[in-house]
Amino acid sequence: MSKPRFKTRYDDDINRFESGGHRLQYLLLLGLALAAPWLLGSYYTGELSSVLVWSMAGMGVMLLVGHTGQVSLGHAAFMAIGAFTHLALMLRGWHFVPALMTATLVSGISGALLARPILRLSGIYLAIATLALGILVEDLAIVAEPVTGGVRGLIAPPIELFGLTIDRHGTPIAFYYLCLSLVVLVTLAYSNLLRSPTGRSFLAVRDSEISARALGVNVTRTKTLAFALSCAITGLAGALYGHLVQAVNFESFLVIISIALLLQVIVGGLGSIHGAFFGAVVIVVLPQGIAIARDLLSDVGIRVAAFPGLDMAVFALIIIVLMVLEPRGLYGVWLRVRTWFELFPLYRKGLFRRARSYLKTERLK
Amino acid sequence: MSLLDVNSVSLSFGGIKAIDGVSFRVEPGEVFTIVGPNGAGKSSLFNLISRFYPPASGSIVFDGHDLLACQPHEVVGLGLARTFQNIELFDHATVLDNLLIGRHSQRQTRWFEDLLFLPKVRREERAHRRQVEEIIDFLDLAAYRDRMILGLPYGVRKVVEIAQALVARPRLLLLDEPAAGLSVEETENMAWWIEDMQKDLGLTIVMVEHDMGLVSQVSNRVLAIAEGRPLAEGTPAEIQAHPEVIRAWLGGADEP
Repeated sequence: MSKPRFKTRYDDDINRFESGGHRLQYLLLLGLALAAPWLLGSYYTGELSSVLVWSMAGMGVMLLVGHTGQVSLGHAAFMAIGAFTHLALMLRGWHFVPALMTATLVSGISGALLARPILRLSGIYLAIATLALGILVEDLAIVAEPVTGGVRGLIAPPIELFGLTIDRHGTPIAFYYLCLSLVVLVTLAYSNLLRSPTGRSFLAVRDSEISARALGVNVTRTKTLAFALSCAITGLAGALYGHLVQAVNFESFLVIISIALLLQVIVGGLGSIHGAFFGAVVIVVLPQGIAIARDLLSDVGIRVAAFPGLDMAVFALIIIVLMVLEPRGLYGVWLRVRTWFELFPLYRKGLFRRARSYLKTERLK
Repeated sequence: MSLLDVNSVSLSFGGIKAIDGVSFRVEPGEVFTIVGPNGAGKSSLFNLISRFYPPASGSIVFDGHDLLACQPHEVVGLGLARTFQNIELFDHATVLDNLLIGRHSQRQTRWFEDLLFLPKVRREERAHRRQVEEIIDFLDLAAYRDRMILGLPYGVRKVVEIAQALVARPRLLLLDEPAAGLSVEETENMAWWIEDMQKDLGLTIVMVEHDMGLVSQVSNRVLAIAEGRPLAEGTPAEIQAHPEVIRAWLGGADEP
């Protein structure tokens, strides 16, 4: 049970971690992540790399959708921009690090340029515009053959770093550590953002544009910045994804990936960094779990393999059930479990019931 | 020199003239109240001043700055903050977070500095929090500091919204119906807050309000408008006795 703490300095609120114990929890988690290759073996380490890459992409989407409140159904496009830029540069002899940085920058800048016209729209219209963008990039990936390799796509070369040759299949553990360090860096930057004026301006734009404007937030600029940062992170994830799957072409970044990314952050829990990670675990683990369950069922004589598309349907069903039971996603479940332990035995069932908000009338928009 | 000079502004929504040639001047340190029946254009007038609506004609000058040349988000930086009739707080954040967002116009750090959380950002954050705590103290909100807006009584939210405007350290505060929806007791408190802001913080206040008790208690001068046009300007007592005003409210009766 947690003891009440008294805040005696402003820094108690400014610091990333609430308390020493809180910091210890995350250090333990990091320790666990560092020890994972020994605990899991190389196959599951590879899967964990996959979770990390999707977490990174999820953080990009979370920043835009969860924290700034702008929907995007086309974020796979920015994964594509990141991946193709990065691999094309590496195949032209660039070193891994500058190629990765350039790819991140290019994704971010293309995000900023596209944000200007797109973010004049809102809600469903914004969703449609970003969806169109996603479809456009699928075609561009074929047309821009000198960069993207056309229909064949690009093969990821091995990464040379600190005298090591890192390859997803040859050295899965080194690749895992590479992903882990990048994800940790991005997570730290993301949490910095949230505890500073920039992050607060994102939240303000999400919750009430009118109020944000009255308080001095330049809404257009803030949305553009959020879109650019979001696209940069997603582009970085795209570049890593290129190494993860070893070969990318126009089919690697279909619109279904954009939708999966959006699902990931909603299932994980909108408006929290944790949500991006929880969602990534679901996106990676659930299809595998369904496949394992199907194999088990066919072992006992139930032939479910005869129904193609069943995996997708079960996946969708699980997500719908989760959303009905806990609209705040897995992060909401996590909060409840944590509070249950903290308050034991005083937890009440209605503790997390959402309060009814006052109707806001006479909005200017 | 007047702090706020609104000169014959007009505003139309399609064929409807919401505001038609309204002028007034607000002197530093006074509480200036705009009254009028429903639909008279009081809130529209506020939305003109805070630049949410562009006027069809006229000029608005605040402390020597032409407000019509400003973007809406630049207004608060000049020292002109506002509240909303329907409370536009961030419901899913704590009182403290809401007030910190109120400091946005005073931010000194750039986004990439925030991303790296440089020592400068921490210094600035401490300064923001000190300012916020002063306002929390001033408006006696310490009991609610860490509470979510969603769980707060309506009357407290009204005070939080004023606090959110105050943390930007404005010189002029626009209050859109500060007593709407408040109980008698809460309205009395609101009158005290307004007097405190005027006397202790030296604020100039422009207010839209229906509660004539509150209006006559705190206002130095009152402007009455009806159907977008100015009716009369004067002390609260003069306005309450003005025949035009009584006619606009009660429709032709000679006595209230």
